[in-house]
Amino acid sequence: MSASVTVLPLPAAGAGVSRRGSARVLPGFNLTLGFAVLYLSLIVLIPLSALVLKTLSMSWPQFWEAVTSPRVMASYRLTFGASLIAALVNVVFGLLVAWVLVRYPFPGKKLVDALVDLPFALPTAVAGISLTALLAGNGWVGQYFEPHGIQLAFNPNGVVIALIFIGLPFVVRTVQPVLEDTEKELEEAATCLGATRWQTFSRVIFPSIAPALLTGFAMAFARAVGEYGSVIFIAGNMPMVSEITPLIIIGKLEQYDYAGATAVASVMLVISFILLLVINGLQGWQRKRSAGAMA
Amino acid sequence: MNNTSSRSSRRGTTEAPWIRWTLTGLALVFIALFLVLPLAAVFTEALRKGWLAYLEALKEPDAWAAIRLTLLTAAVAVPMNLVFGVAAAWAIAKFEFRGKSFLTTLIDLPFSVSPVVAGLIYVLVFGAQGWLGPWLAQHDIKIVFAVPGIILATVFVTFPFIARELIPLMQAQGTDEEQAAIVLGATGWQTFWHVTLPNIKWGLIYGVILCNARAMGEFGAVSVVSGHIRGQTNTMPLHVEVLYNEYQSVAAFAVASLLALLAVLTLAIKSVVDWRFERDRQAAAELPPERPAASLPVARPAAA
Repeated sequence: MSASVTVLPLPAAGAGVSRRGSARVLPGFNLTLGFAVLYLSLIVLIPLSALVLKTLSMSWPQFWEAVTSPRVMASYRLTFGASLIAALVNVVFGLLVAWVLVRYPFPGKKLVDALVDLPFALPTAVAGISLTALLAGNGWVGQYFEPHGIQLAFNPNGVVIALIFIGLPFVVRTVQPVLEDTEKELEEAATCLGATRWQTFSRVIFPSIAPALLTGFAMAFARAVGEYGSVIFIAGNMPMVSEITPLIIIGKLEQYDYAGATAVASVMLVISFILLLVINGLQGWQRKRSAGAMA
Repeated sequence: MNNTSSRSSRRGTTEAPWIRWTLTGLALVFIALFLVLPLAAVFTEALRKGWLAYLEALKEPDAWAAIRLTLLTAAVAVPMNLVFGVAAAWAIAKFEFRGKSFLTTLIDLPFSVSPVVAGLIYVLVFGAQGWLGPWLAQHDIKIVFAVPGIILATVFVTFPFIARELIPLMQAQGTDEEQAAIVLGATGWQTFWHVTLPNIKWGLIYGVILCNARAMGEFGAVSVVSGHIRGQTNTMPLHVEVLYNEYQSVAAFAVASLLALLAVLTLAIKSVVDWRFERDRQAAAELPPERPAASLPVARPAAA
């Protein structure tokens, strides 16, 4: 494609053209990349760097005390513990839902498929008050547990349930497309070679969906760690017992303890970065696996 | 639906009927408990005292102010992220440059930041003790604890939606059609409007409705920067919280039911878009000479 000498109103080529001449026929590279980077910097990078700089301006003992006080430590345990349990539940049931949606015909399947995205679309505050109404001692669900001495709302149980709701679509939506693409021929071969259905699942199907499952788990976990809206209504928010880390940040802000809030927020930010890198790595692994399967 | 052909080939690679029914049953019970029940509860609680009380709760001036602010926020935040999403997708999908995958990762960043942290960073920049605080105070500009802060926080949390929808789509479509248009003498804008836009319209709509749903429903980030002034800086989700904490359950669920309706509407549009997109893709797959329809495993013998 060398016939690129037409009249172009916009600067046709970027600075480092030489590598891929053919792609540079298209205009607008400088404009769109410049705008994207500027907007990204203004909305995301500069405000985030404010957090980093504010944290760096604190002295180490001050920082350490803010992020390791007993109440904050209790909140980490709750946030990460509940997120881990919720993400594990989502792995099991997310796989189940994805499996049923891909493999078995049943009436109302399209509706169920659409409904899976509800936690993405329903505002978290709405989910929070609704789950609380259901699970409280006099709620539709809670009333059956209350007589047995099981409290579902206003304690860590409620936190886990809210986080299961929030994370549900991640596993389903990462596993579903991979399951759709698995090759029937492999399963047929396994069956022909005398494998039982369970062996086929655990030795043939499961390894091919494992990367997607892990990715979904990491995404559900990452989302759960930062979740605020759906949790605070149902948690009861008792210090040391059912107070999540994002609420600690809000609490410190309300007391004008900006330094303390920033310190705890920076811990959460570092954890989000790590999770983001892990998820990116997992997705790369998944792509490589599926590319390998194609070849 | 010609399911029969695929079903017959499935023999020997599926489970016994009782396993199928048990698994389907389990999955449906899980969906009913965790998704249907919470959605149903919103509407039942809202209508607990009848339609009159429901409508009364929605007519309240503070509720109206919250609805107006939510609509305004989405009306500013969504177009901003739309322009960004298209620009970023054009640069990333149509060109090769260094640091591309790094840029893509950065675009996803707001998804992994806790909403509360997202709100906090704007307080640190624009708040009274923040970087720009003194300057803003001198010029009598209020950003945090006012409407601009709410919009900024919303832009942050909805930042990646449209871009991440468009980037893989435009990458899969390649640049052949755009190059042809340019070579034939079209300007950049003409190429975009007449060639690229029709190709990405479903992805665009998809991104916009998801972005809009999150913009209208965001709670954590907005809560930090809002200041919670009733009738002035309370969006609908924040108003729900205020009412709920005042034990005005019916009123809280009434406002919440509007947001739940928005969610249902979003899911409905999303399903329609999914369906249309799939149909377009299949139509494209049936016309092979123009373009080897991206990512469709149709050409078994021809492939390398």
